[in-house]
Amino acid sequence: MSHNQSAAQGAVKAFHPRVQEAINNPQIRANFRKAMDGLMDKRLAAFPQDDELQQLRDLAAAIRLRALSKLPELLERLEANLTANGVKVHWAENGDQACQIILDICQQKNAKSVIKGKSMVSEEMELNHYLEKHNIEALESDLGEYIVQLAEETPSHIIMPAIHKNTDQISDLMHDKTGTKRSRDVEYLTAEARQQLRERFEKADIGVSGVNFAVAETGTLCLVENEGNGRLTTTVPPVHIAVTGIEKVVENLEDVTPLLSLLTRSATGQHITTYFNMISSPRKEGELDGPEEVHLVLVDSGRSNIYQDDELLDTLRCIRCGACMNHCPVYTRIGGHAYGYTYPGPIGKILMPHLAGLDDAKDLPSASSLCGACGEVCPVRIPIPKLLVRLREEAVAGDSQHNDSGVKGRGSKRSTSESLIWKSWAGMHKSGGLYRAGTGAATVFRALMPNKIGAWTKCRTAPKLAASTLHQQVKARGKNGGES
Amino acid sequence: MSSIKLYPPKPEKVYFFGTCLVDMFYPDAGMAGIQLLEREGIEVIFPQDQTCCGQPAYTSGFHDQAREVAAAQLTLFPQDYPVVLPSGSCAGMMREHYPELFTGQPEEALAKNVANRVYELTEFLMHVCHIRLEDKGEPVKVAMHTSCSARREMGLGDVGPALLGQLDNVELVEQARIKECCGFGGAFSVRHPEISEAMVTDKVEAIDATGADSMITSDCGCMMNITGAAEHMKKDFKGEHIASFLWRRCHES
Repeated sequence: MSHNQSAAQGAVKAFHPRVQEAINNPQIRANFRKAMDGLMDKRLAAFPQDDELQQLRDLAAAIRLRALSKLPELLERLEANLTANGVKVHWAENGDQACQIILDICQQKNAKSVIKGKSMVSEEMELNHYLEKHNIEALESDLGEYIVQLAEETPSHIIMPAIHKNTDQISDLMHDKTGTKRSRDVEYLTAEARQQLRERFEKADIGVSGVNFAVAETGTLCLVENEGNGRLTTTVPPVHIAVTGIEKVVENLEDVTPLLSLLTRSATGQHITTYFNMISSPRKEGELDGPEEVHLVLVDSGRSNIYQDDELLDTLRCIRCGACMNHCPVYTRIGGHAYGYTYPGPIGKILMPHLAGLDDAKDLPSASSLCGACGEVCPVRIPIPKLLVRLREEAVAGDSQHNDSGVKGRGSKRSTSESLIWKSWAGMHKSGGLYRAGTGAATVFRALMPNKIGAWTKCRTAPKLAASTLHQQVKARGKNGGES
Repeated sequence: MSSIKLYPPKPEKVYFFGTCLVDMFYPDAGMAGIQLLEREGIEVIFPQDQTCCGQPAYTSGFHDQAREVAAAQLTLFPQDYPVVLPSGSCAGMMREHYPELFTGQPEEALAKNVANRVYELTEFLMHVCHIRLEDKGEPVKVAMHTSCSARREMGLGDVGPALLGQLDNVELVEQARIKECCGFGGAFSVRHPEISEAMVTDKVEAIDATGADSMITSDCGCMMNITGAAEHMKKDFKGEHIASFLWRRCHES
């Protein structure tokens, strides 16, 4: 990689400095460790019977695969049924288009104030920023999102956006930004925030929410939440705009039940959330509440590109429970912000390279020890470690069989020096004689990482080469070691 | 683990694939593995042309090179004997990833054939040999670290502790967050040294907190990582490959 390249990309989202900063921050380390330990315990307690869990995962994976296998058809059915129900459906190729669609609706309605339920897709397209640039206020109503917005930050977790902050930090923040009395009483802080938000709901012109499952058969938008802010966002303002990625569609209502059960238990260990909203239409004649208009914005943003590849397609099974990050030893150490992208953790590492391009997200796929904890807990059995390896291959264009894969940024991480090292490694290791002569990989390992042996010995003693290799020791015994 | 594995009866002969880390850094673990198999009455064949399973190139994304090296290994096991490896990680590479790596290639059938015969050493000793161990060593307190590949890819989380459980004078203690990765991950440890350091430091502290005299593991990557960090942190516990440990315990007087 040239210096220019590294400087240009480094200026925007340098991965290593972010990581180092997070790791050196004891507050971040402690907050995430404590929170992730708690979430892992809760998930475990929510699945007392492993058999049931594994069967449910099989079922959920099959449901998601079935939906993806006929995604174009289901999206058309979804659109037709929503339209028949009176919901307006919009298609956006990318985040900018989606922002423009939402802005257009806002402007048609003369909207000055938008209240938002939690939506990661809206984070992905930086909707708040976009609306504010056009003098429309966007206020987050999910408690975690509200805190993050007060702090002028981004979510550090897809389910719990403010999980990087402890109670004291939240108390200080609310005190400084809203004048709330400092307190360690979570109930009190929550009640204060609710009060502050409640007033804003009344004034909001438009509500924007995400979608957990979009049911094609019935034209129903399902929204899972705990705080009631999703219900308010989608019912109080006169206009509701739901925004979601195109992969969130499922075929029918029966499909929702197992997915919902897995989603809430995998995410927070809850058997059911406090609210589960099913939105099928705007307010009908004679109904007392609900929005007069409902819109759905379906966002692609690189998703259909993933769809072309049988293996990478599995990325789109995701139901956004966050269990992969809760169980990730890397995420636990560095937190969500260090990744530098909307979706952190294991799912971010396999999704962001498609959304942002591998040239941009080049450090993500390698930032994993491939321990497999993510794949083990994924409720829809996404083979995350396998996809990480695939993306590492894409990054260096290391498999000639995938040369036409179409992955954005394929080969962008390939360097002549690393390619040469692996070629010489292969040369030495495909011949037993050459390997034995060279005492193998030790030599190559040093050549591979000439400036990185320091990275190993910074916190470890250097491994010592044995006086004689296993090859030599077996041969010296003189039985079954020479010939096979 | 992708499917339930049915274990064959104990064979007369096996191939032993030592792995490159064992070959260069821990040959005693390889010798102990061979001797444990021979103690079960099995003839052990060590093909001298073996090098590396190909995993370093594979996980670094250089799949063309991984395939070249893996293809050379595939030719080393012509008879229908099991292939035994003293590493969950390398065994996982051969069993789980060789078939994928060779899909659509001339070696596809051979890769599947070999993959189906691959066993991690402790798995083979327990489930195929039904080994019985008699402890001849002094009382000792040990912690076991099972590699993530052995635990998750190969489904062998219970095997190491079960074998240690056969040793009367060995007290097995459990460190906090026992299933968490030690932070090795091959090239991950040098590509992302900050994260790897944070992980291995926590792992060493957790093991040290148990008061164990030794940390036993079935993977030399984890061992190099954990014991290297423990030495650096001036902790008292030592690391030992489970094959060396089992062999030593059965032969100490």
